[in-house]
Amino acid sequence: MKTAADGLKHAARWRWWELTLLGALVLSWFVLPGQSLLLNEIAILALFALSLDLILGYSGIVSLGHAAFFGFGSYAAALFAKLVMPDPWLGMLLAIALAALLGAITSVLILRGTDLTRLMVTLGVASILYELANKLDWLTGGADGLQGVVMGPLWTPFGAFDFDIAGRTAYAYTLFVLIVCLLVGRRLVHSPFGYSLQALRDNRLRAASIGLSVNARLVAVYTIAAAIAGAAGALLAQTSGFASLDVFDFHRSAEVLLVLVIGGTGYLYGGIFGAIVFKLLHDLVSAWTPQYWNFWLGVFLVVLVLVGRDKLTKPWTWWKRG
Amino acid sequence: MSTVLETRGLLKRFGGITPTNDVSIQVERGARRALIGPNGAGKTTLINLLTGVLEPTAGSIWLDGADITQLAPHQRVRRGVVRTFQINQLFGELTPLQSLALSVSAQLGISAQWWKRLGTDARVAPRCDTLLKQFHLDDVADQQVKHLAYGKRRLLEIATALACEPRVLLLDEPVAGVPEGERQEIFDIINALPADVSVLLIEHDMDLVFNFAKSVTVLVNGAVFAEGDVQTISNDPRVKAVYLGEAVHG
Repeated sequence: MKTAADGLKHAARWRWWELTLLGALVLSWFVLPGQSLLLNEIAILALFALSLDLILGYSGIVSLGHAAFFGFGSYAAALFAKLVMPDPWLGMLLAIALAALLGAITSVLILRGTDLTRLMVTLGVASILYELANKLDWLTGGADGLQGVVMGPLWTPFGAFDFDIAGRTAYAYTLFVLIVCLLVGRRLVHSPFGYSLQALRDNRLRAASIGLSVNARLVAVYTIAAAIAGAAGALLAQTSGFASLDVFDFHRSAEVLLVLVIGGTGYLYGGIFGAIVFKLLHDLVSAWTPQYWNFWLGVFLVVLVLVGRDKLTKPWTWWKRG
Repeated sequence: MSTVLETRGLLKRFGGITPTNDVSIQVERGARRALIGPNGAGKTTLINLLTGVLEPTAGSIWLDGADITQLAPHQRVRRGVVRTFQINQLFGELTPLQSLALSVSAQLGISAQWWKRLGTDARVAPRCDTLLKQFHLDDVADQQVKHLAYGKRRLLEIATALACEPRVLLLDEPVAGVPEGERQEIFDIINALPADVSVLLIEHDMDLVFNFAKSVTVLVNGAVFAEGDVQTISNDPRVKAVYLGEAVHG
């Protein structure tokens, strides 16, 4: 007879594909040294999408302005490196803290209203930050972007590493942050807190009726997601040595949503799979026909939605009925 | 008997409609009270007021002598005012086991833990086991709720409320849609609740009401029409005219 204790333990067990994926991520640094720049981009996008999954997939909060936190983290890390000190770890911590603060403040805007109002409000917050970064050009460089960001060496237990032009250090750094966030996220979603998010996503009325404070949970998860998005933004600024208005742009928010749709929401790894597919597709299609990348992305999305992700990822079921 | 839950002059207005009109009731500790009345009498509105889903226009609600009128729904649940819904309100993507484990965790005050796995606390799993068995959900414990048959979901609806360790349990038509043969089972479980838990039941099936309840409150047009023990109410000609008579026609 299976008991509840077993059942609850079983739900949180490590699955083989999770371990394989983690192994593959680490391995990619060793076996694909020439692709570090692309891999770095993928990992940053994956982390950004992971943070969106916490609010969209787990908590049911739609957002078209998640770039607000990504961009905020980006500028925070870049400005810290330029004006205060070039240490990447401290810059990262600061970016996370500031993005979390912004998340906590703006979370009150998403507590009430419908999905449509949330789409508009999140879009609005990102637009405001975009314009602020544009106007405050004495600080941010405005439309030219923040140039002259020079990162110091990355201090690790294995020694200090400079950020190199091939992106080896950058990718290792990004990978480390991604895996740490993934492990923390995994802990989080299997905890009572994580389940309470799913509960309020499925049925807010009942969530309150079992004694959960729905609003407090939403503020908490929005803050956490903002912090992780801030970390992703900081990674971009630190590994590229540059921050520009583009980090706040609408296409960032839309792109991360696409990535999550491609990879699937609500199981934490959708962002990683989605980012891999999205970036590789972009790379392949752009190399083949540079002008028409958006066309083929569109075709891919239509097919994905019409056929369904399950069916698309299981070719052996294509000729089965039903 | 001491009063656990009390309303004083409770009033709710929606525009020109007054679904709850100056309702003052007292529910004693361990009560088995039925709340009956014709359709539109304001039964569900009263439950919504008691649980904080709706805010009253006037009047107050008291639990153990403390005014809880201003408390949010989740705060009332923590104090032991728990309800079930006429239409199932469940967590579709979770399993019955996860739903119950979360409810038990919330009741224990550990639902905000974010570092430990759900069910790490040793008190959670045994309580889930008991509830799953009691409600015959053990065979579907690990299936997603949205895939369960209606009868199972109905059982989970009530099990979820009991996982919150209610002191006052408000049952809004608990056996709605449940096949005849399985209704008694649900009532057996409700009857087996600890004697100090107060139960307020909304039910249309008069046989069930008279079998289960010791006292009855009759609502008509949002106001208390009659109140008393089962014998008195079932023999009251006015109640028969207003409620039972209408039930025959309606």
